[in-house]
Amino acid sequence: MTISQVSFGSHEAVLDVKDLTVKYIGDTRSTTAVDRVSFSIGTGEVFGLAGESGCGKSTIANSIMRLLKDPAKIAGGSISFGGKDVLAMSPEELRRFRWQDVAMVFQSAMNSLNPVLTIGEQIVDIFTTRAGYSRKESMRRAGELLELVRIDPARLKSYPHQLSGGMRQRAVIAMAVALKPSLLILDEPTTALDVVVQQEIMAQIKELQRELGFSVLFITHDMSLMVELSHRMAVMYGGRIVETAKAQDVYATPRHPYTQALMGAFPPLTGPRVPLTGLPDGVKFRNIPDLAEVAPGHFVAPFGADASVTDAANLEGAAR
Amino acid sequence: MSHSLMTPSAVSDTDTPALEIRGLGKTFPIGGLFSRDSVRALHGIDLTIGKGEIVALVGESGSGKSTLARCVARLEKPSSGEILIDGVDVLKRDRFQASRAFRAQLQMVFQDPFGSLNPAHRMDHFLRRSLAIHGRSGGTEQETQKRLEELMTTLGLQADMLNSYPHELSGGQRQRVAIARALAVEPQVILADEPTSMLDVSVRIGVLNLMRKLRDEQGISMLYITHDLASARYLADRTAVMFAGELVEEGESLDLLANPAHPYTQLLVSAVPDPSRAGSYDPVRRAELRQAVMASTHCAFQSDPNQACSSEEPVRHQVGIPESRHWVRCHLYRPWAAAGSHALASEPIQSGHPASNAQEEASA
Repeated sequence: MTISQVSFGSHEAVLDVKDLTVKYIGDTRSTTAVDRVSFSIGTGEVFGLAGESGCGKSTIANSIMRLLKDPAKIAGGSISFGGKDVLAMSPEELRRFRWQDVAMVFQSAMNSLNPVLTIGEQIVDIFTTRAGYSRKESMRRAGELLELVRIDPARLKSYPHQLSGGMRQRAVIAMAVALKPSLLILDEPTTALDVVVQQEIMAQIKELQRELGFSVLFITHDMSLMVELSHRMAVMYGGRIVETAKAQDVYATPRHPYTQALMGAFPPLTGPRVPLTGLPDGVKFRNIPDLAEVAPGHFVAPFGADASVTDAANLEGAAR
Repeated sequence: MSHSLMTPSAVSDTDTPALEIRGLGKTFPIGGLFSRDSVRALHGIDLTIGKGEIVALVGESGSGKSTLARCVARLEKPSSGEILIDGVDVLKRDRFQASRAFRAQLQMVFQDPFGSLNPAHRMDHFLRRSLAIHGRSGGTEQETQKRLEELMTTLGLQADMLNSYPHELSGGQRQRVAIARALAVEPQVILADEPTSMLDVSVRIGVLNLMRKLRDEQGISMLYITHDLASARYLADRTAVMFAGELVEEGESLDLLANPAHPYTQLLVSAVPDPSRAGSYDPVRRAELRQAVMASTHCAFQSDPNQACSSEEPVRHQVGIPESRHWVRCHLYRPWAAAGSHALASEPIQSGHPASNAQEEASA
């Protein structure tokens, strides 16, 4: 696979994932959740990973953070971060790697705040344990952080339940960028929020990203949102990447039938009402081959009559 | 695929509407046992759904959409107002609780198809129960079986799926079964409360298309409750916007979303992610809209001599041509703006106003 060798601009890759394979090993059978996935993220680049639930996108995020627990096993491939092999890190190295180098905002992260500690205490915690600042210094920096995401520093004394959902999510994002990581992983950061709040948070992330210059791995199933935010994106299906290109190219000319189906799943807000179909029942893709370059920087897994299986009788797999 | 999709469907307004809601209100008591405080979750809702019409109800969480659905389905007792089905006030007819006849006229489809189907039963069971309870199973076992198979075909499901348990089906299939269960009763109106929000994106369109097909083929009226404006535009003939327990704007879907008149509708429309207008987010404009929504201290039509305005009655202003049936409420007459503010607030309202908390409870 040649994906990782392709550089977009003169950016140096911050994260390089090569042929990553993750299996969930059960007593009787195992499932390959991520199958030979390769991609790289350049400095200051926003890379989107789109796909439906169960396609393996969150598993990839957890592999990068080395958060996978049994029965998940990384069965092959490599993850390198700034030249370091993430999969070979010792527990002590991992401790430094997480949060300092790579930070993650989880799905419904706003519920991951500790309800019995104030926001301030939780942010100060990061600085005192990770950066070794004094309490006073930490408190000052915590206030700055909140200002960065447009929350009144007076809120440091608030408990999570005193903040609205959007503010909690902002606070979590502020905590994620507290130690100025070079990569921020956002796993469906706005799914639990209303559209208006979602848009404001996305705009804020964009602004922070421009200001602090970190790279972003952005995971979502909302194609519209992804195209708006990402520079480059990949579409996953059944543990494999079926298409990757610049976000605008994917939006303008989706080439893989699955990408087209995903795009077609979002009705437009303007123009005439046109019938959409989404992914028809029973259409599945199996044995997705490696990506091939069909246009400069636009990689698509070859598909043909044999790759897509229209099998109405075989519906048990559709439960995914 | 239906043909009517292309035409802005002109639904006949001749007969009595399938569902008519008049001045519906709902207050929830808050505080302790002896507290007399209450919060107004719904106020003065007027909404009409013609026969074979799909109306979408949009708004953010806490705006009262689900409370309205629960009141209309009579899972909650409305505090005031009338609910007319086929011209008959069901609140008067069945004074204390919903009758079986009412349930046969109006069915609900819920958000979570896994939660709404008992995992211990096969699909067969759900549909048979619906048929049996409402006496639609026919005289013999063969007739029942035939009816079940018809239902499954209508919904685009395999007949052998009747023997499956909910966990054996995908989310989209489960939601189809939930719709089939509602359909088995042959209702006139289906209330669908966010029927696609728990489904995978690629099957959502399939469920929306199915709902449209049911409308086209069987003339069932629907109230489609959603927070997704794009899907409301796709499916519904008319869209009503709800804010702080009141309807603030209503109109033909395409027209409403193209020319939103109320600042809240403008805010909602501007927030929908759409790559074709990427970068349209403007913090200054957003702040202005937010301000306009929260304050709403002036009426956009105040100086318009063609519009009637009185301080007693909330007035609906016509927007655009009369055919589009597009109206907006005067901003001036929305005294409880704070109730919806928590959904919008970038800063929480800590004023001790009971509305924001209780509103959440109300919609929970």
